[in-house]
Amino acid sequence: MSKTVEKLDDVVIRFAGDSGDGMQLTGTQFTNTTALAGNDLSTLPDYPAEIRAPAGTLFGVSSFQLRFSSWDILTPGDHPDVLVSMNPAALKVHLKDLKAGGMILVNTDAFDDKNLELAGFKSNPLTDDSLTNFRVIEVPITKLTLNALQGVGLTQKEMVRCKNFFALGLMYWMYSRTTESTEKWIKEKFGKDPKIEEANTKALKAGYYYGDTTEAFASRFEVKPAQLKPGLYRNITGNEATALGLVAAGQKAGIPLYYASYPITPASDILHNLSMYKNFGVKTFQAEDEIAAAGAAIGASYAGNLAVTGTSGPGAALKSESISLGIMLELPLVIIDVQRGGPSTGLPTKTEQSDLLFVTYGRHGEAPAPVIAASTPADCFNMAYEAARIAVKYMTPVYLLTDGYLANGSEPWLLPDAKDLPPIPVHFRTDPENFQPYARNENDVRPWAIPGVPGLEHRIGGLEKQNITGNVSYDPDNHDEMVRLRAQKVKGIAKDIPLQEVYGDQSGEMLVVSWGGTFGSVRSTVERLRRSHHKVSHAHLRYLNPFPRNLGEVLKNFEKIFVPEINLGQLAKLLKSEFLVPVIQFNKVRGLPLRSTELEKAIIESLGGSK
Amino acid sequence: MATINENVPTKKYTAKDFASDQDVRWCPGCGDYSILAQVQRILPELDVPKEKHVFISGIGCSSRFPYYMEAYGVHGIHGRAPAIASGVKTANPELTVWVATGDGDSLSIGGNHFIHALRRNIGLKILMFNNRIYGLTKGQYSPTSELGKKTKSTPYGTVDYPFNPVQLALGAAGTFVARSMDRDPKHLQQILLRAARHNGTSFVEIYQNCNVFNDGAFEILTEKETKLDNVVYLENGKPLVFGKENDKGIRLNVFTPEVVSLKDGKWSVNDLLVYNESSFDLAVLLATFSERAGFPTPVGVFYQVEKKSYEEMMTEQIETVVKKRGAGDLDKLLKSGNTWIVSAN
Repeated sequence: MSKTVEKLDDVVIRFAGDSGDGMQLTGTQFTNTTALAGNDLSTLPDYPAEIRAPAGTLFGVSSFQLRFSSWDILTPGDHPDVLVSMNPAALKVHLKDLKAGGMILVNTDAFDDKNLELAGFKSNPLTDDSLTNFRVIEVPITKLTLNALQGVGLTQKEMVRCKNFFALGLMYWMYSRTTESTEKWIKEKFGKDPKIEEANTKALKAGYYYGDTTEAFASRFEVKPAQLKPGLYRNITGNEATALGLVAAGQKAGIPLYYASYPITPASDILHNLSMYKNFGVKTFQAEDEIAAAGAAIGASYAGNLAVTGTSGPGAALKSESISLGIMLELPLVIIDVQRGGPSTGLPTKTEQSDLLFVTYGRHGEAPAPVIAASTPADCFNMAYEAARIAVKYMTPVYLLTDGYLANGSEPWLLPDAKDLPPIPVHFRTDPENFQPYARNENDVRPWAIPGVPGLEHRIGGLEKQNITGNVSYDPDNHDEMVRLRAQKVKGIAKDIPLQEVYGDQSGEMLVVSWGGTFGSVRSTVERLRRSHHKVSHAHLRYLNPFPRNLGEVLKNFEKIFVPEINLGQLAKLLKSEFLVPVIQFNKVRGLPLRSTELEKAIIESLGGSK
Repeated sequence: MATINENVPTKKYTAKDFASDQDVRWCPGCGDYSILAQVQRILPELDVPKEKHVFISGIGCSSRFPYYMEAYGVHGIHGRAPAIASGVKTANPELTVWVATGDGDSLSIGGNHFIHALRRNIGLKILMFNNRIYGLTKGQYSPTSELGKKTKSTPYGTVDYPFNPVQLALGAAGTFVARSMDRDPKHLQQILLRAARHNGTSFVEIYQNCNVFNDGAFEILTEKETKLDNVVYLENGKPLVFGKENDKGIRLNVFTPEVVSLKDGKWSVNDLLVYNESSFDLAVLLATFSERAGFPTPVGVFYQVEKKSYEEMMTEQIETVVKKRGAGDLDKLLKSGNTWIVSAN
C-alpha cells in the first residue's frame, strides 16, 4: 500500500515519556539517523534531576526535542510540530508548547485511570474533546509491541520496555527514514544479549511496518537534506566537543592532557569522554572533591601538563580559592564551567547563564582571569582549544563557560583537519643562565619552569612575590606593582583575540549583544527581523574578559543596545560598567533556551515599532 | 656506549646543597628547625638528583618549609597540599614529591585530601609536624589538642576530642605509617630515610614543639629524665622493651596489651610482644598506646606494606590502552563516529 509523501522544510519533534521510558535514547537515535540523512539539526534534551522519578508523575517526565530542516538552522525550535507522548503526564507537561494544529502521537495503553490521575487529568483528554485543536493519532503502542514480541522469550516487563523502539520505528516511517543505523546500533549495544537485541529490532521494525499498513496515516513526510557547507560531518554534543577540543590542544601543544574533576551535572560527560582517550596519553583524575580537582590540576600544570578542571556552578564556587592560587602562581590552567540553574543545587539538569559575573569576579583579592564562552555545541571544540591556547601562552588560569543546553544539545559539526588547527607552542625554560621565576616577556608572561630541570630549582607560592625573583615579599610598593602586572597581563590578551564582528549593518538603530549558548535563538531572531526590514544587527561575544578591543567602538555605532540573557542581566552589567552605555535588558531565567518568538516580540517593542 | 641515568645524581650532595638562600623565619627555638635540618641531612643519602625533589605545602608554620629547601617547591593553600602534590606526582611520576604539613593543615581543613591521598597510595612523602596547636594564627587549639585544653579560643578548655593521627592514617589505608620526634634527630633521620624509600604514600607524624604557644607538649617524651620510661621504640622483629634500664616490656595477654616489669623475675624478654611492622593488627593496637594511661608512646614505623601505587597503575593503564588501540591519531579521532559527507552541488 503506497501513501503520498508530503514535502516539508522544517520539523520539530518532541519525544516525551517517563524517565524510564528511554526518551533520551529514542531522541538520540532519531538525531543520528537524521544527521546521516543530511538534514541540519539542533537538539534539546530535557530530563529530571531524579534518576528514576516515580512512574507516571509529572515531575518524572523526560523529553528530547529535535529540530531538523533542509536549511541551516540555529535553534531546536520553540514549539514542536509533533509531540510523541508515551503517557498522560508527558501530554500534560508538554501540550502547552505544541504548535496550534500540531500532531500528537499517543500511546493509548498508558492512558488508564491510574496514569490519568497521576497526571492530574480529571477526565481522559483523548475522549473529552479537549484536544480538538490538534491532530491526535492514537496508537496502542504497548499492546502492539507485546504482540510483535511474542515468542522472543522475554518476560512481559522486558517486552514492555521495548516500546520506545516501536515509537521510534513509527516516527522513522513517518519521516521517510530508514531503520538501518538504529539496527546497527542495537546490534553493537545489545549484541551480547541476543534476546534483547532481537526484541528491540523487532519492535523497531514493527513500528515502521505499522505506519505502512495502518489507516491512521494518510501520508508520510520528507525533509530534504540541507545545503550545508561541503565537507565531512558528524553530529556532536557540546560536552563531546569540549573533550575533543582539549585532546586536540594537548596533541598540538605536545604535552599530556591532564583532566582533574569531580562528578557534577551537567559537566560529567567531559570526564567520561576524556577517560576513553587514554591512548592519547590523557590522564584523568577523579578527585575526592571539587577543591582537590582544582588542586591536582594546579599541581599537574606546575609539573608541565596541560591541566584542566571541569565543573558546574557549585563546583566553580568551591574551586575559587584554588584559582586565586593559580593566578598568583601564574600557571596555565583551564577551568570549564558548564553552567546550570542556580543558586545552590538549583536546577541541576537545566541551562542558565548565571555564572558570568561569578567567574569574572568571584575570587578574593585582585584576581583577574580571562573568560571565554562557547556559542553552539560544536563551538565548544573551538573554545576549549582556544582556552588552552590562551592559558599556555599567558601562563594563566582561563575560564571556559558553556552551559547545560550546549553540553547536551547537539548539531552537525563540519570536522576540522588536525593539521589546520593553529599551533600551541610550549616553551619550557631549560636554561639556568639568568633564570628568574617572575621575569616577564613582552606579553608580561613569566617562564614555565617545571621540576626535573637541573639548575632551575625555585620556590613559588601563594604569598606575594617580589617582582622578577619570585621570593616572598611584603613590600607595599612591590605588592602594588605585582597587582598591576597581573591585571595588565590579562588585559593585554585583548590584542591576541579576534575583533568583534557584527552581523548585519555595522551601525544603525539597534545592536543585539549576546554571549554563550543563546547564539542560536538570538541570531535566528535577528535574521528573521532583518528579513522583515527591521534595523537591527547582532554581535555575539565569545570573549568576555578581556572584551574584544573594538567592542567599545562597535557599541557606539548603534542607538540602542539590547542584551538578552538567561540571567538577570550579567553581561548587561559588565557592558554598562565597562563602556558606560545604556542597555535594554531582556531576561528569562526559566532553565531553558530563550524562545525566538518572545525575543522577537521584545526587540520589536524596544524598536518602538519602527522599521 | 655508556648511557647517563638521569635519575642518579652526578655529584655527591651534602646537607648544605639542600639549603636555599632564603632566611629561615621560624621563631627561635622552634622544633621546625630540627626537622628542616634532618631532612637536609638525609637527602644526600638518596640517589635522587636535587632537581627531582619537589616540596609541596599548605598553610601554617610547617608549610613555610619549601622556601628553605634548595629544590622545587610550591607553598600552596590551606589543607590542599596533598591535592596539589597528587597532581604533581601523577603528572610526572619520576619526581620525588614531599608534603610538609601540620596538624591543623592536614587533619582539620585538609582532612579530606589527607585521607584520600593515603587511600590512593599516591607516591607522596607526607611529613606532618604535630605541635597540637595553631601557631601561625597565634594559639588556637588544633584537632590534635588534648580534651579540655585551654587556648586562646577556648579559655574554659576545649570540649573537642582530638584525632589520633596514626590511627587515622591506618584507617585511611596508609601503606607506610610512622612517628618520630623533633628532639630525637638520629631517630628522625632513620624514619625519614625509610619514608623516602617507600613506594606509595608515606606518612610520618613528627612530634614538634611549639615553644611559643604550646611549649613542652611532648617534654615527657623528649627530656632525658623521663624519655626512656615513656617512649617505646618500635623495631621490626624485636621485642617491645623500654625503660631507663631496659627493665620494662609490653606483653600481650591474649588480646589485651599490658606493661610488665622485667625486674621481678616473673617475665623475661622472651615473654614480650615481638614487633612486626607488616602486621596491621599490631599497628592498630600500638596506635592506641599514646592514649592509654600507663603505656609508653611508640615511635618508629608502625606499619609498612608493599602495594602498587596509584601512579604506577595509572601509567600501566595508559600503556595497556596504547598497546591495545595504538597511539592516538588526532585526525582519526576527530573523524570517527557516525560521519557523513556533504558534497558540493
